[in-house]
Amino acid sequence: MSHKVVIPIGPYHPLQEEPEFFRLYVDGERVIDVDIVIGYLHRGIEKLAESKHFDQVTFLVERICGICSTSHPFAYVNAVEDLAKIQVPERALYIRTIIAELERIHSHLLWLGLAGHFIGYNTVWMWAWKYREPILDCFEMISGNRNHYAMMKIGGVRRDIRDQDILPLNKTLDELTRALEMFRGVVMDDPVIQSRLKGVGILTKKQALEWSVVGPTARASGLSIDVRKDDPYGVYDKVSWNVIVEKEGDVFAKTVVRILEMQESISIIRQCLEKMPKGKIDADIKDIPVGEGIGRVEAPRGECFHYVRSDGTNRPIRHKVRAPSFMNVASNKIAAVGGTISDAAITLAAVDPCYCCTERTIVIDRPTDKKIMNGWDLIKLSQQKTEQLKKTHNL
Amino acid sequence: MNTVKLEIKKRLSDKIIDWHEHSGRRIYIKIKAQDLKEISNLLFFDHGLRFCTASGQDTPLGIEILYHFGFDYTGEIFSLRVLLEDKKNLKIDSLTPLFPAAEWIEREMWELLGIDFIGHPNLKKLLLDDEWPQGKYPLRHEHES
Repeated sequence: MSHKVVIPIGPYHPLQEEPEFFRLYVDGERVIDVDIVIGYLHRGIEKLAESKHFDQVTFLVERICGICSTSHPFAYVNAVEDLAKIQVPERALYIRTIIAELERIHSHLLWLGLAGHFIGYNTVWMWAWKYREPILDCFEMISGNRNHYAMMKIGGVRRDIRDQDILPLNKTLDELTRALEMFRGVVMDDPVIQSRLKGVGILTKKQALEWSVVGPTARASGLSIDVRKDDPYGVYDKVSWNVIVEKEGDVFAKTVVRILEMQESISIIRQCLEKMPKGKIDADIKDIPVGEGIGRVEAPRGECFHYVRSDGTNRPIRHKVRAPSFMNVASNKIAAVGGTISDAAITLAAVDPCYCCTERTIVIDRPTDKKIMNGWDLIKLSQQKTEQLKKTHNL
Repeated sequence: MNTVKLEIKKRLSDKIIDWHEHSGRRIYIKIKAQDLKEISNLLFFDHGLRFCTASGQDTPLGIEILYHFGFDYTGEIFSLRVLLEDKKNLKIDSLTPLFPAAEWIEREMWELLGIDFIGHPNLKKLLLDDEWPQGKYPLRHEHES
């Protein structure tokens, strides 16, 4: 006879770095349903944006997320520039693109490290984060800040990339290129990682369409969508690069997409540094007319969508933010069901969820629900599975 | 020439109240609330548009909702605009039975703006605290009459 057991993960637990709450319904080892509850990080930023003037909102939305901190202001300035039909100086577009791609690299390395930790590959974790560090140094060199760079501004950027910054930037990219080659070998060709991640947490192409997922989550399920290609902003239409698409839809495919994407990002940054023209970096915008605009950015986690409406005053009358995790986290309901508990940790982490963006995931603990595991137990279980696999591979 | 835009315009012809192209890739289509489900079904399944999100707004004329659909082959966004005039009885068909991608954003609009989504399978709070008072909607405005 089987008993339905509920495993509450969250709202505060080590599986993720942010508050969220997953309720896993399990039958034996198998996950039969997942309830996702969010709301722990709701800060009412859309409402707050209505009381700030257009320039202040850029800084406000930069605080939505600490990891992809430039994605939201980038999408916001794109929306306002669409609203007011603003022509941005070319040099500023190049600088925006470079910043956005540096951010993608550091965000993907962060995820790769965490994913390594969850499955018990702590060396991957430490190496990934080691190579993430010089990227943050580049941000500090350009903007003075490691995480909230405050580069975006309606009509341009706030800081220039100086000539003397280009050499150290290129040097960091050289080192990173070698490191990525290593990660390709270490992660993608490792038999244990392959048997640990392949066939786990599958989201089929059909499901990806139904849930309208975006970013690496969609591209790992065979959907060739990328805002940078489909609706180019910045200078993505002026440099050559490839959209990385995998068909399998499992955690391994999501890992491959992110690793290969970082190589494309390096190529984009190099081309930008080479082609970047001299000139103004700001269009000196004064007033925002009545109207509405939509701005989109391919954040590291997928399409970031901003809608802004102006009634002619100096404040937006409505500002809608839709972060990529809002679409991706909801699809965990599908990806985790049918898998085992030991795979749940890595499956739920595979969409690279960002709760402060989505603001929003929980699993509720009812008084009658029996707690049999916590987040640490789940990670331990996940790491034990990898150890067993290593033994079967004689490693 | 972009065929999807033309096809959609042709197929919706009698249902369009207003068709506005803000720029080449941003199209706003005003429709009646009762046609929303049928048109969304057509955009999502027949034309393969992706559901990006929806944004509700309190205006002096009523609550306006924009349903944003993206066509990723051309980078266009088709935004369906509906207006719910009776603020005391805000009701519209839920799109969640058509595609699950709409579930969360409808729950969000339900709690922040007080719109009832008819046929939504799981209409409960998404973001606000359980203790949040009933009938208080954070994104509503006080409009001068």
